[in-house]
Amino acid sequence: MIREMDTKLLTEQIKEMCMEVNHQLSDDMEKAMKCAFEEEKSELGKKILSQLQDNLKIAKEERIPICQDTGMAVVFLEIGQDIHFQGTAVEDAVNEGVRLGYQEGYLRKSVVGDPIFRENTKDNTPAVIHYSLVPGDQVKITLAPKGFGSENMSRVFMLKPSDGMDGVKNAILTAVKDAGPNACPPMVVGVGIGGTFEKCAILAKKALTRPVNVHSDIPYVKELEEEMLDKINGLGIGPGGLGGTITALAVNINTFATHIAGLPVAVNICCHVNRHIVREI
Amino acid sequence: MDQFINTPITEKIASGLKAGDSVFITGTIYVARDAAHKRMTEALERGEELPIDIKDSTIYYMGPSPAREGRPIGSAGPTTSSRMDKYAPVLLDLGEKAMIGKGKRSKEVIDAMIRNHAVYFAAIGGAGALLSKCITSSEVVCYEDLGAEAIRKITVENFPVIVVIDSEGTNLYETAGKFSS
Repeated sequence: MIREMDTKLLTEQIKEMCMEVNHQLSDDMEKAMKCAFEEEKSELGKKILSQLQDNLKIAKEERIPICQDTGMAVVFLEIGQDIHFQGTAVEDAVNEGVRLGYQEGYLRKSVVGDPIFRENTKDNTPAVIHYSLVPGDQVKITLAPKGFGSENMSRVFMLKPSDGMDGVKNAILTAVKDAGPNACPPMVVGVGIGGTFEKCAILAKKALTRPVNVHSDIPYVKELEEEMLDKINGLGIGPGGLGGTITALAVNINTFATHIAGLPVAVNICCHVNRHIVREI
Repeated sequence: MDQFINTPITEKIASGLKAGDSVFITGTIYVARDAAHKRMTEALERGEELPIDIKDSTIYYMGPSPAREGRPIGSAGPTTSSRMDKYAPVLLDLGEKAMIGKGKRSKEVIDAMIRNHAVYFAAIGGAGALLSKCITSSEVVCYEDLGAEAIRKITVENFPVIVVIDSEGTNLYETAGKFSS
């Protein structure tokens, strides 16, 4: 059976999601931030994490965005292959949702239309959209507005197969060390290993949308996530980069097959305002 | 230590602040980020006057979200300062005394700070809702077409910052970043 779906439905959902995600962290992130405050050993670090708790409360209660950088809208659309869309083009429907959400939600318009001439599009469009086709007749929308303080500190490393696991670990630590205070720690570190140049970057981005309390279901990847979180927290960068024991809240890693000649690794760094929201329609 | 200061932040005030101090600023400060800094630099290159009174000024690297009705400003936390590194030394040489942002600064900026007895503060990155509560008024001064990147003049009350690099060049990121329990 083919399900007919008006693309207006995408617009409505995405509009609401833009507003919700910028004022309130997801449950997994809220818990992680609370735990970080409880566990931080540095006095100054603890004070900063306490203020970030206050910030989240004010944002939620008074509808002030958690961070003024309400991000560039990144949208993952997993589309059931038994759906037939009606109405405007899917891409236009998504962008209309972003436009309405950012205008009606008092969110900052942070997108310039051309990377060199840099004129603001004034409605935060276009979104960056990643499509995939899946079985079924539902659409899973994942929205993850990305701030650029941390995006700018993200890296792709084209390692050699001989660099192996040590090379991967070194790449992750290098990216986090270089990011330091610029990426608004405590960070969430999304990592993509394998694929091609662009595939590993998308894997890393998608990893950031996984709840921070959920590990990879591949045993060695789960171990790597745990080990890298310990190592990153051992760097001492701390909240705000001013020293402490909590530099990252989680390391989420996704892997994919790759070529005999390569070992691509992408490290997508996100600040503590790691916004992700999922809806299925 | 905690210090409560009023703007304008003069050379005397800036010199009395040490890396690691918690400072609460009250008074008037300017807000500008990348695009505004670029325009100011271009104006200077053309031999024009700056659109702001740069002497003893404090510039907050920030681009707010839009204000809801009845509020002076939206979310208002710091942006990454290193993007202003290219432009900051010239402004420091013209009299800018304090910068508020987040993250590392270049050697050129630190040299210009020492030369001019200026101070660099960090505000808490990602705490834009909390910080907005310390801002009591906001007006666009110029470059309105830049939207969130326009230059603003804002009034702050006990705005909380930390001295990261002081007027002698001592850098808290280099010392505090080595924390171990």
